[in-house]
Amino acid sequence: MDQSVLPRTAASNALDAPTACAIHFTLNGAPVTREIPAWTTLLDLLREGCGLTGTKKGCDHGQCGACTVLVDGKRVNSCLTLAVMKDGSDIVTIEGMGEEDALHPLQQAFIDHDAFQCGYCTPGQICSAQGLINEGKAHTEDEVRELMSGNICRCGAYPNIVTAVVQVLRQSPRGGAPSQEPRA
Amino acid sequence: MNPFTYQRVASTAAAIQAKAAHPESTRFIAGGTNLLDLMKESVLRPQTLIDITHLPLDGIEDTADGGLRIGALVSNADLAWHPRVQADYPLLSQALLAGASPQLRNMATTGGNLLQRTRCYYFYDIGTPCNKRAPGTGCGAIGGVNRIHAILGTSDQCIATHPSDMCVAMAALEARIHVEGPGGARRTIPMADFHRLPGDTPERDTNLEANELIVAVELPPPQFQAHTAYFKIRDRRSYAFALVSAAAALQLRDDGRIGAARVALGGVAHKPWRKPEAEAPLVGQLPAEADFGAVATSLLEGAKGQGHNDFKIEMARRTIVRALQKAAGLEEKA
Repeated sequence: MDQSVLPRTAASNALDAPTACAIHFTLNGAPVTREIPAWTTLLDLLREGCGLTGTKKGCDHGQCGACTVLVDGKRVNSCLTLAVMKDGSDIVTIEGMGEEDALHPLQQAFIDHDAFQCGYCTPGQICSAQGLINEGKAHTEDEVRELMSGNICRCGAYPNIVTAVVQVLRQSPRGGAPSQEPRA
Repeated sequence: MNPFTYQRVASTAAAIQAKAAHPESTRFIAGGTNLLDLMKESVLRPQTLIDITHLPLDGIEDTADGGLRIGALVSNADLAWHPRVQADYPLLSQALLAGASPQLRNMATTGGNLLQRTRCYYFYDIGTPCNKRAPGTGCGAIGGVNRIHAILGTSDQCIATHPSDMCVAMAALEARIHVEGPGGARRTIPMADFHRLPGDTPERDTNLEANELIVAVELPPPQFQAHTAYFKIRDRRSYAFALVSAAAALQLRDDGRIGAARVALGGVAHKPWRKPEAEAPLVGQLPAEADFGAVATSLLEGAKGQGHNDFKIEMARRTIVRALQKAAGLEEKA
């Protein structure tokens, strides 16, 4: 839903509580402050409120993973996250994963292994893969396949996605660390 | 999503007080994975959301008797990977990891998983009748498309299933749910009594009152560390709800005979399906497929298909037997 069409305040207040909420968070390394309606999802805030359209809206119901971002290092579906509940968090999107002239190891691995076709799921795949590496629970191809199952690829690039993720996973004990100087 | 007011609370008492003011139009939110989805579909339209994620309910602690107390806000991922859960309650870890996706498990909480709603198509589609969503409107699934629906404990009002994997393991492990109500009133609900059958009030999934908050889940001292299996049948191998699932736990004595047995079923009823009397005959026996089949027969007594889901009766029988075989080590664990 386009948040710009939403009213700024709720029609009726069951309790005397704010509907427009000020939130402060770190986005790809930079501090951000926004005032948003309480019902704004993190996905809509990133895309519409912050202009970062790398994070994709696929199903908008937590079923496809295209909206995956990292909140305090953990991968979540931003479509099922209320932005206001992430006040104070550290959020990393695909825009914070690498530089144009210094790609994140996962970005490079996806290119090396042709791990996409249309590319729509790729930002979510890469953020999810970074989350998987942070978690440290996947060690084999089967485990990568299982623990990447929250990201759907309708082009069916799964074999190459697994290969790309495994390559980065094996490069270091925890695999490709996030870019040292992420940009906002 | 409908507009709502948002309130953040810092204590359990404040959360309960805030909800008590308008219990029907106010909802607690933690992981939000199910609630926000239902709000996007207009199935739920709360006036107020109370954010409980700042309450101090995110710990996992040993209890005095050697059990485990799991805070209601512990995420499904943190619970599944917790060293004590993996060592002492592997069935729970297996069930959690069989559910949802890694992203959703990072978000979803223990309390929220207990309270997740059915994935019945008619419950989700506000253009259709549903006694659970809109009491008195009828049931679209009875005589409709009902491949994913219940075969046990149904009523002529509702044939929805409870979708959780975690709850199936908790039923087998005889977890107890700690809840708090107004004025600090606390009570404990055994897992077997927490979820309800639909009967004439399918709109009520659980016996939790509208002004109560789940604060913790307590597991009894571990009895089933070595021989457990969560066997889940679904339309794709990962990230799908169970058509049928079975949580099996056995205690095997030194002589190889069964000391204790538990079996609970998911995907077949409005609550995790367990009958202690179906398990009892296994005690003292050597693990054997024929006895496991008898458990299945007993557990599935009265099972009734609705048409599209008729296959679930035979599938459930086989799932029970295979889960017990896996738990007993008679077949390689999946």
